[in-house]
Amino acid sequence: MSGSVAAVAKPSVVRPSLAVWKFASCDGCQLTLLDCEDELLALAETVHIAYFLEATSTVVDGPYDVSLVEGSITTEEDRERIVRVREQSRILVTVGACATAGGIQALRNLADIEEFRPRAPRIWTEERARNERATREDRASGARGPCERTRAQEFLRVVYARPEYVSALGTSTPISAHVRVDYELRGCPIDRRQLLDLLSALLAGRRPAIPAYSVCEECKLRGTTCVLVARGAPCLGPVTQAGCGAICPVYDRGCFGCFGPMPGANTAALEPVLLARGMTDVDIERVYRTFNAATSTFDTAAGRSHEPPQ
Amino acid sequence: MNVDRLPATRVRLLDPYGQAMIPVPYRVVHRHEETADTVTVRLEPVGDGLDAWAPGQFTMVYAFGVGEIPISISGGSGPVIQHTVRAVGAVSRAICDAPVGSILGLRGPFGRGWPDRPPEGDVIVLAGGIGLAPLRPVILAGLREPGRLSVLIGARTPADLIFTAEYDQWRAAGARVLVTVDRADATWTGHVGVVTTLLSQVPVAPSGTTRPAPTGYICGPEIMMRLGADALVAAGVPPHRIWVSLERTMHCGIALCGHCQLGPILVCRDGPVVDAGNAARLLQHREL
Amino acid sequence: MIPSDTAQGLAHRPWAVFFVCPDRRGSEGSIGRGRPALRIALVIDDADRDRPNGVKIMSALLRSLEPLVTTLRAEGCTVVGPRERDGAIVLDAIDSAAQLPSGWGVQTGPGVYRLRRRADRAVFGHSAGPQAWKRFLHPPRERLWSADRGVDGTLTITGPDEEPPRYAFLGVRACDLRAIAIQDRVLGASPSYAARRRAAFLVAVNCTEPSATCFCVSAGAGPDVEAVETRPDRAPADWALADLALTELAEPGDAEPLYVATALSPAGGRILARLPQTPAPPDVVAAARAAVGAATDHMGRSLPDVDLREMLAASLDSPHWADVAARCLTCANCTMVCPTCFCTSVTDTTDLSGDHAERWQTWASCFEVDFSYLHGGSVRTSARSRYRQWLTHKLGTWRDQFGESGCVGCGRCIAWCPAGIDITAEVRALTSQGAER
Repeated sequence: MSGSVAAVAKPSVVRPSLAVWKFASCDGCQLTLLDCEDELLALAETVHIAYFLEATSTVVDGPYDVSLVEGSITTEEDRERIVRVREQSRILVTVGACATAGGIQALRNLADIEEFRPRAPRIWTEERARNERATREDRASGARGPCERTRAQEFLRVVYARPEYVSALGTSTPISAHVRVDYELRGCPIDRRQLLDLLSALLAGRRPAIPAYSVCEECKLRGTTCVLVARGAPCLGPVTQAGCGAICPVYDRGCFGCFGPMPGANTAALEPVLLARGMTDVDIERVYRTFNAATSTFDTAAGRSHEPPQ
Repeated sequence: MNVDRLPATRVRLLDPYGQAMIPVPYRVVHRHEETADTVTVRLEPVGDGLDAWAPGQFTMVYAFGVGEIPISISGGSGPVIQHTVRAVGAVSRAICDAPVGSILGLRGPFGRGWPDRPPEGDVIVLAGGIGLAPLRPVILAGLREPGRLSVLIGARTPADLIFTAEYDQWRAAGARVLVTVDRADATWTGHVGVVTTLLSQVPVAPSGTTRPAPTGYICGPEIMMRLGADALVAAGVPPHRIWVSLERTMHCGIALCGHCQLGPILVCRDGPVVDAGNAARLLQHREL
Repeated sequence: MIPSDTAQGLAHRPWAVFFVCPDRRGSEGSIGRGRPALRIALVIDDADRDRPNGVKIMSALLRSLEPLVTTLRAEGCTVVGPRERDGAIVLDAIDSAAQLPSGWGVQTGPGVYRLRRRADRAVFGHSAGPQAWKRFLHPPRERLWSADRGVDGTLTITGPDEEPPRYAFLGVRACDLRAIAIQDRVLGASPSYAARRRAAFLVAVNCTEPSATCFCVSAGAGPDVEAVETRPDRAPADWALADLALTELAEPGDAEPLYVATALSPAGGRILARLPQTPAPPDVVAAARAAVGAATDHMGRSLPDVDLREMLAASLDSPHWADVAARCLTCANCTMVCPTCFCTSVTDTTDLSGDHAERWQTWASCFEVDFSYLHGGSVRTSARSRYRQWLTHKLGTWRDQFGESGCVGCGRCIAWCPAGIDITAEVRALTSQGAER
């Protein structure tokens, strides 16, 4: 329609540096970056990939303009390492449910890592982080029963050849519990298109458009019929943050909340809806205890299902 | 909550806005740093410019690849448009950082601006911080009859005052210009206190006298505008002759996107300038 | 308006059959491009049936919709109609009337929508589905423009240059027709909306099958298409709202329903003229009218008969908003399915090179916590204030802003709310609380 031509100064070309860090995680979110096949060349031209062990063993020292951080904090070493990553990063973006919420491995927060015995749900708090080391020292001093110790050791032996090497914190915590985070990409795994949007935005100096609304909106934008209303399928879409493109309902199943709670999610209002669609209290607890189990919203929602009705 | 004096609903046929959706390129021809976070840019159209603007109107300013925000027009003449922008987010930062010679996109001018001052009566301008920017055209117009004009300017600190170089020019033209800050610094010898405390230094004709009623123009933070309007009313200015400029988020500027709703009004279309009575009725409800 | 000889000849028959169209007045007997003369039906059921746009009401009996679909497609239109898919009646492109949801009905309630088999083979025997026609006239995502920064430092901004799609909507209910009229007033200034809207051919259908969630009668938006189409306050008045109106008559055992067709615009008259048809016998026309009349009496719900604008303006600080907020998921489903909700956000994008920028407009909702974001935070953070914004706007302040109500009583927001919140019940609660004060 219109063509307006004008001289405009092109910004000086300085390739920003990008680092990709892995903490406790499955690498799936990093792979999403490698999965950007069509855009990968353009990305490599635009940014200087300075640290990305999943892709290259070449390592360039920091500081870095942008750090993408995958994974949660589950060990003492990682707790120190993330502080160093933050110090070297101008913008730090956490990618994926492990980094943003503690991930599936945060289910350990609900049990005692040594005793493997279900306990009352507890979520990560700042206070707990501060006390974690002290807790571990207490445990090291043998403050537990011999039977429990045996069970724990048995379990570790089944999984690990040298269980004595295993040194893990009692909790899996999100990166934001340890350092300042500039932006979060949710999901298990993250959405490829959202990652590219984020990188493009950061390159242009724009605030990334990360939606704070529900998955329902994405269903409606796509024209997907609501599985909850039209089929009676249980679905966490109404309380889950958008960004995935509402993939699951497209494939005719309810959202299982891998992008975590949206701001202001009203899980209390969803509970009777899920119960009416055939879920039991146990089902509700389980559906919230997945990748974002350690977020206070989902943890509360999971715990609420066991409370007596008011 | 009745809202008076809103324009009748406009029935808009066809395409009156033409290309109101597409930014028109303007070149930054002058740039002045008002404060540590506020910059005044003068913009000249690269080709055809926008239509003529009126005081109190705004344009949507686009920084390439970063985004677009509504900004009040703080001055300009002929094809030149002047904006004064405080960097509070990515887009406003990009506009503040735009060097001379670079290009910004403008759409507009949009909204209902300040009503013209009545033929007689005192004119009192009450400005808080960056709120002085949209009032500057009102002040410049008022200087044609400077004896009627009082300009009361408040800022958080002396370093947050804008257009400081012009205060003496306005005074020299005959306007009463009073300045205050919330917090003084070592260099400040002037008035300290909120802007409404300056009102005691302005003689306002009490109601019931034969002198024509004064008119008030207010722009600043919402709380300041509310208190400012109350203070003007208390000083004898009729509420329907007090005008405030509201701020809400806007995506389109032309009453299509719904973001700027404030109860019965669309701020981009029915505002940003509304009378203090309507503003008070709307702002009394939390989170409206 | 009617050729005098014929009119006189038919004057004694209340349901005379004739054809009139403003640009072809008196051309009875030879309509169509060189095709054999068709006898076109016009039902003159009273002397005042002149329409404001100069078109005479005329009705014909169609025994199949296939010729209509074929004709509209031959005109270059993308025909969009109801289809059964994913457990719902959705709106999508069709290339044959056989794709219409023959024999499907629906059952709705708060938070519930289920397909059901009908005893007959009606294709419009279902109430509002999960989508509205705004999906096509006001698409969920739309690129407003793109900009390129050349290697030599030039900047080019390009608006949308695609031809607007030519849609033919098949089966627009009265409530949805009213919704289109409401969006016309709000979005008429948008060049892209106006282009799509002007190019669209609308086949409306009188509703004979309201559901439990319907309340178009109390919203002044149905079920009779003609009543909606001829509302005197409709704007912009120079746009035809609908071009054809159908009333579907289906009986169990019939292979295909019958359709009483009425042209509402010159374009509608031209298309109708090209369809194989027979005169609509008076008893059939009467049956069609009776079916629409019966629908009027079968509304599942209603809005209270009070001045909602005034009532809501006086209820802004009602404790009832907190009551709804406890049940509201703020998921935005109601706004997404609402046929009049028009809000959008724009998103500026760039590619990785940073030299190509675009602006995209996307449906947005006042239920989004970011919707009212102003530097420093959002204006409406509580769920209470966001639900209040939606409901007071829809039924109250819409009148201040656009001179009419924003609700058409289609019931979508009730059926598609996962929590089953019922706008009519909430308004009733607010009304009775207001009356108590």
